Amino acid sequence: MKKEITAEAPALKPALLDRIIPPRTITLPNGHTVLKPVSRTPIISVLVIAVIIVSAVVTGFNFKIIIDRGYQLGYILGRIFHPNWSYFGSDPEKTQKLLTALFDTIKMSIMGSVIGATLALPIAVLSSTNIHKNKFVIWFLRILLMVIRTLPTLIIAKFAALIFGLGTFAGTVAIVIFTFGIIAKMMYESIETIDLGAFEAAESFGANKFQSFWSACMPQILPTYLSYCLYSLEMNIRAAAILGYVGAGGLGILINEFIGWRDYESLGAVLLALFVVVFIIENTSQYLRRKLS
Amino acid sequence: MTKVKRFDGDNRPLSIEEAYANRPRLWWVYTIVVLIVAALLGWSGSSITYKGLASKGITIAQGIGNGLLHPDTSLLFNLTTEGVPFQLLQTVAIAVLGTIIGGFLAIPFSFLACDKIVPKWVAVIFRAVILGIRTIPSLVWALVWIRVTGPNAFCGVVTESVCSIGMICKMYITAIEDIDVKILESLDASGCNGFQKIRYGMLPQIIPNFISTVIYRFDINVKDATTLGIVGAGGIGAALIQCMNSSRWSMVGAYLTGMIVLMIIIEIFSTRVRARLARG
Repeated sequence: MKKEITAEAPALKPALLDRIIPPRTITLPNGHTVLKPVSRTPIISVLVIAVIIVSAVVTGFNFKIIIDRGYQLGYILGRIFHPNWSYFGSDPEKTQKLLTALFDTIKMSIMGSVIGATLALPIAVLSSTNIHKNKFVIWFLRILLMVIRTLPTLIIAKFAALIFGLGTFAGTVAIVIFTFGIIAKMMYESIETIDLGAFEAAESFGANKFQSFWSACMPQILPTYLSYCLYSLEMNIRAAAILGYVGAGGLGILINEFIGWRDYESLGAVLLALFVVVFIIENTSQYLRRKLS
Repeated sequence: MTKVKRFDGDNRPLSIEEAYANRPRLWWVYTIVVLIVAALLGWSGSSITYKGLASKGITIAQGIGNGLLHPDTSLLFNLTTEGVPFQLLQTVAIAVLGTIIGGFLAIPFSFLACDKIVPKWVAVIFRAVILGIRTIPSLVWALVWIRVTGPNAFCGVVTESVCSIGMICKMYITAIEDIDVKILESLDASGCNGFQKIRYGMLPQIIPNFISTVIYRFDINVKDATTLGIVGAGGIGAALIQCMNSSRWSMVGAYLTGMIVLMIIIEIFSTRVRARLARG
């Protein structure tokens, strides 16, 4: 236990570059010396340029194609921006088709967000270092969450569609997994920053861990939690719209069909409907999140 | 909101019992929220029905588990264009170029959409354009661009560049709006010209934010680029989805393992660099 306290701070190990090229010493008029390290800019620029060149070679970057065939994009975008209005009322059958797909998308994302967020909360508590002390469980859960977050939603949806069959259920499963990964991570990060005084006080009164967490920590994390839930709902609407591409229900099925038939006017109608829904949900959720914070 | 009720008239601080008796009672807020959520859930549940596993569901699930546990190692360390390393390199290359081009394209857009710099109506128009770009999902962008470039990795690059604009602009605009104008005023007072004001007053304030945004977006773009292959826009997705359709699970396992490792490395790298940028 007898450890001598030294007055001097240990000298910082200089960075690798400073050891290769020593920094220039500048003597100030008052006799003090200052070290001016070598600028990092040339090395970083060379690295970035090298990475760009390698990437351009690997991807076959060819700007000429865009100049030569760019009119194609203008043509397609032009047709997308003249949406087929018969999907908005004038043709009841088409309207019905669009609305069903649209509501399926919304339902999938609401259901998926709620279930995913509910599952995420206990896991987030179990993987935050200040409440839960078991190192093994914490690291196991964190690595699991990390792996879940690296899987793209479309790939999860493809797996779900293979296992549960085509349809909205597979899409919901994919959204549950995706939401779970994101919210659990954001929540354990914010649980780690809360004030534990009240939690410890409740524990010292004899409350068990669950009781003290419920009464002392929940009020602190609830606004953050709800705001993350709304945020993930916003993301999920966008994500759910394309899940149909791999057969998981919703607008993606229509998008896939119309692109296959090169029916860009109808694609425009689908995108317009999506735009309106995303706009409404984003604004509502941003309003609610401002209220929460 | 809650009225402080005291048991006697004087101005002493509340005792614990009184503070407890006066605690905020938000039960009606909770009830309404729970009711709304329950109603939404009931409505959503109406069209999401569990129809049991697909006919081969269990075999497929076993295959996926098996494939992930025993990835095809010959594919994992195969250096030809079929192998995992090249596919991953292509995915990252798409993301790198897409992010850099998107980052540069976003600069004029974000200055034009910032209502501190341009007139209000110009800002509104450009904000609408940015929102429009952001709403079209990246898969749709890829499918549209394929008609221009043909199904190859270059299509992925163009798609990522366009898709990145939306989010990058949103964060650039915040960075531009947060500029400390006092620094510019003091440079003005010490006789700097316009160029010097931009070089020494503005750039040092916005560049760390911009780079941090771009690196964050790079993280997202790599993940996006892995799925663009599904529609044929290059990257690892094409090979992955082919293997999934033909039930070659050990190859699926190899591609997924490679992807997971790559994503974890990139996430750690991007978090480190951004933490250093934030500390300065």
